[in-house]
Amino acid sequence: MNRVLFGLLLWQAFPAFAQSGARERGSSAIVMFLIFVGATLAITWWAAGRTKTAKDFYSAGGGITGFQNGLAIAGDFMSAASFLGITALVYKQGYDGLIYAIGFLVGWPIIMFLMSERLRNLGRYTFADVAAYRFSQTPIRVFSAVAGLSVVLLYLIAQMVGAGALIQTLFGLSFELAVVIVGVLIIAYVTFGGMLATSWVQIIKAVLLLTGASCMAFGTLYLVGFSFDTLFKTAVDQHSKGMAIMYVGGLVSDPISAISLGIALMFGTAGLPHILMRFFTVPDAKEARKSVFYATGFIGYFYILTFIIGMGAVAFILGNPAYFNADGSMIGGDNMPAVHLAHALGGDLFLGFISAVAFATILAVVAGLTLAGAAAISHDLYANVINKQAGDRQEVLVSRVATVVLGLLAVLLGILFQKQNVAFMVGLAFTIAASATFPVLIMSMFWQRMTTRGALLGGWAGLLTATGMVILGPAVWVQVLGHDTAVVPYSNPALFSVSIAFLGIWAGSVLDHSKRATNERALFEAQFIRSQTGIGAEGASH
Amino acid sequence: MQQAVVDKIKQLPEYHQLVKQRGRLAWQLSALMLAAYFGFILLVAFSPDFFKIVVWGQYTTIGFPLGVGIILLAFVLTGIYVYRANRHFDTLTQHIKKAVER
Repeated sequence: MNRVLFGLLLWQAFPAFAQSGARERGSSAIVMFLIFVGATLAITWWAAGRTKTAKDFYSAGGGITGFQNGLAIAGDFMSAASFLGITALVYKQGYDGLIYAIGFLVGWPIIMFLMSERLRNLGRYTFADVAAYRFSQTPIRVFSAVAGLSVVLLYLIAQMVGAGALIQTLFGLSFELAVVIVGVLIIAYVTFGGMLATSWVQIIKAVLLLTGASCMAFGTLYLVGFSFDTLFKTAVDQHSKGMAIMYVGGLVSDPISAISLGIALMFGTAGLPHILMRFFTVPDAKEARKSVFYATGFIGYFYILTFIIGMGAVAFILGNPAYFNADGSMIGGDNMPAVHLAHALGGDLFLGFISAVAFATILAVVAGLTLAGAAAISHDLYANVINKQAGDRQEVLVSRVATVVLGLLAVLLGILFQKQNVAFMVGLAFTIAASATFPVLIMSMFWQRMTTRGALLGGWAGLLTATGMVILGPAVWVQVLGHDTAVVPYSNPALFSVSIAFLGIWAGSVLDHSKRATNERALFEAQFIRSQTGIGAEGASH
Repeated sequence: MQQAVVDKIKQLPEYHQLVKQRGRLAWQLSALMLAAYFGFILLVAFSPDFFKIVVWGQYTTIGFPLGVGIILLAFVLTGIYVYRANRHFDTLTQHIKKAVER
């Protein structure tokens, strides 16, 4: 049944894509992209036959190994925004780009030490399983779903708008068609292949991206005789800022914003629903921690490469008229240094490869986000709030419908926000994750005295403070809404919103003297023992 | 989990050893990572001139090895945790599981 539908969907999507794509640009990018799409659709076909129960759909039956999951986490996390965005930031600001890159990495050890094993031991499909473990289900599930969906939608819009613009430039398609292709493909992956297909799309993408970035860094270093000093010298000589690109620049100017940014990046990583969901795909706590070890290695290596690539772009792209318009702006927009460097290093063929990799990267991240959003709707809202008697089949059906709806919504929002400034959205997503999901999740696992009331007070306060302060801050109030000065002067409010969340959890819990609170505190002991030992934890189904 | 199982596990010395030792290692490594990262961020925020020190050749400033060093530290710390957990904590967990099944 699934496979029939899947076949029909392909029949509709493929010819339109093949025709429209072939018109412009060199065919190598399109050929390589079609190979990727073909391979991932074949995997989806295979995965569709093994995706029947809710457990298959959400967590691939719990049968992914630690190494595979490490690659999949890396594939889920290393977005096109970080590949193109960080290299573009290095290209523009120099060293400041590396400061960002480090922030994206340092959350991983914390996730391993304090969360990964416990999450696996306590949860089944979503992080809300853990957050609501001993609390009142309905209000905590609703909060988790709202916070989770906010993060997913913000991230999704940013990815879709970026994807549309990128594909437009690389493949010569219209923005709308590009967004629709992304939407159709991810609906196909997730609806039919669930977590199993999503995981393999992410694994393949991670291998491709790491290979592509390695080649680019190697090519760059080859041109400078494998001397970092020569690379930096060439870049400094080219850049209008000169030696300043090797120093700390203006990006993180005031101390409050710098510390806030650090908090948002580090703890935001530990609160992203699509990342947390990956910990339920492995059979046990041992594989969960192993997966973080591999993920940290891959992601850290990748971010070192992005810095070298960004510097390489300064050294070998800047000043080359082939990559700039007559007015001095970069062809394809500010996010393109890595793409142009690919061409400078390896010509059309390598450019094609990197373009295909960038497209694959978008698909993998968007698929992970869509699945996490669908799980929040079907598992947290539907099966645990709206219809608690729902059977496995009903839940899977709802999650498939939710996937289609979210996929269409992503396409719609992508087109709607095409001309908007979406740069703040990933930052806001990380800030909400750090201020809402992370505090509730970690305190529920570590603090016996926490209660439902504390979780709700802290969680909602964190969510609203983070959102409100970002809207009133320079990124939205000035740059999007066009006011002269921001009400909140800090570019990132995480220092305040995360503190408020923890304070709210603390105050709401210690002031809670209800009978329910006593009961919830009594349940902590059994929860703690299960989180430590894994006794009673969900096993793998195959 | 049934109360009888909870009570049984609570009496096992291996359980207390596991909670104590793993907790200590996890917090120590977390503290190390937090100190390294926020130390770096505070340096960026309050002492940007520090990053003008050239450590290698004429252009390689201290920020590059420092940044790469933090990334490597993150990886090494996760490695230490996995090594200790595989060798020691898993053994303790196995003991606990066996004792419960008995």
